[in-house]
Amino acid sequence: MSEILLNIDGKEVKAQEGMTLLEAAKSAGINIPTLCYHEKLEPFGGCRLCIVELEQRGWTRLVVSCVYPVEKNLVVRTRSEKVDRIRKMILELQMAHAPDAFDLQELAQEYGADRNRFEKESSFCIHCGLCVRYCAEVKKANAIGFVDRGIRKEISFIPEIASKECWNCKECFPLCPTEALQAAYVLTKALASFETTPEK
Amino acid sequence: MNNERIDQIIDNHHGEASSLIQVLLDIQSENHWLPKEAIERVAEKLQVPLTRVQHIATFYKAFSLVPKGRHEIHVCVGTACHVRGATRVLDTFQDAIGIKPGETDLDLKFSLQTVNCLGCCALGPVIEIDGKTHGKMAPSKTAEVLKNYE
Ligand code: SF4
Ligand code: FES
Ligand code: FES
Repeated sequence: MSEILLNIDGKEVKAQEGMTLLEAAKSAGINIPTLCYHEKLEPFGGCRLCIVELEQRGWTRLVVSCVYPVEKNLVVRTRSEKVDRIRKMILELQMAHAPDAFDLQELAQEYGADRNRFEKESSFCIHCGLCVRYCAEVKKANAIGFVDRGIRKEISFIPEIASKECWNCKECFPLCPTEALQAAYVLTKALASFETTPEK
Repeated sequence: MNNERIDQIIDNHHGEASSLIQVLLDIQSENHWLPKEAIERVAEKLQVPLTRVQHIATFYKAFSLVPKGRHEIHVCVGTACHVRGATRVLDTFQDAIGIKPGETDLDLKFSLQTVNCLGCCALGPVIEIDGKTHGKMAPSKTAEVLKNYE
């Protein structure tokens, strides 16, 4: 693996080929905010919060750092007026769904996002997919998935699998940036015991 | 739809997980909807997690997880059809069958759905039943058209 030199926020950073910008930044102690990223999971690029600005031949360009591979001599800015504005907007939109989420509130403060900017529609889930992907990729249980699409997209447990696997795992709970999972789980639990006769 | 038929469809696609959508489409077009048992069978046979099959089956409008009628009526309410009186045509279908868009009658004879442009606006108002297009519709023609379907 060859070493790649790039510049992040004015700092020379050494990275390995195949790394993402986010990983390179992290390794150099530079923080980029993320919501859908998890080191044990495949990059997802869903929330766009980790967006950064690249400078190439005098042009600037926005890329999503958790899925963008490092390149030689890249000049990266993890914060700029534009980047901050986009992050603020993303946070405001997400807070329409999960206004009381702790993680979001913290980020909102940093970026000056107004949680009341958009009309509230508290669905709580912001579709980061952490729970779904963790269950599939790490636990390989596939007990939880997404159903539907667009504004109606939501998480859903498969009762037959959930009734066997989830009770002893629950590892996806703490991953959720909005804490919606608990409620959803309890609901399905009720469903599961209603539909299937419990074994053991 | 029995398991043998489902297995046959899966075999037609060589049991490849990448054919998941095609398999579901075949079942949908033959059976008019995807029962839970069928989805489970497909997941098991193609070795695709049930969560994924469920995600796809709920993602595309082409799939239905509830029983559908033998005949599927699509009433176009796109802009061109709308200005030519699609709403009144739709009303007559609702009244004649006694269901609203998205519903199916008790005899499983008809399902009603609205669409936003069938791509032949010059024929508006347009409806489509089982893939056959009926152009230049008028409220007074509805009963006549429905008569042809058993
Ligand atoms: S329930 Fe939470 S972890 Fe799961 S997708 Fe929604 S926001 Fe993400
Ligand atoms: S962390 Fe990169 S898109 Fe969500
Ligand atoms: S609007 Fe009805 S066919 Fe185009």
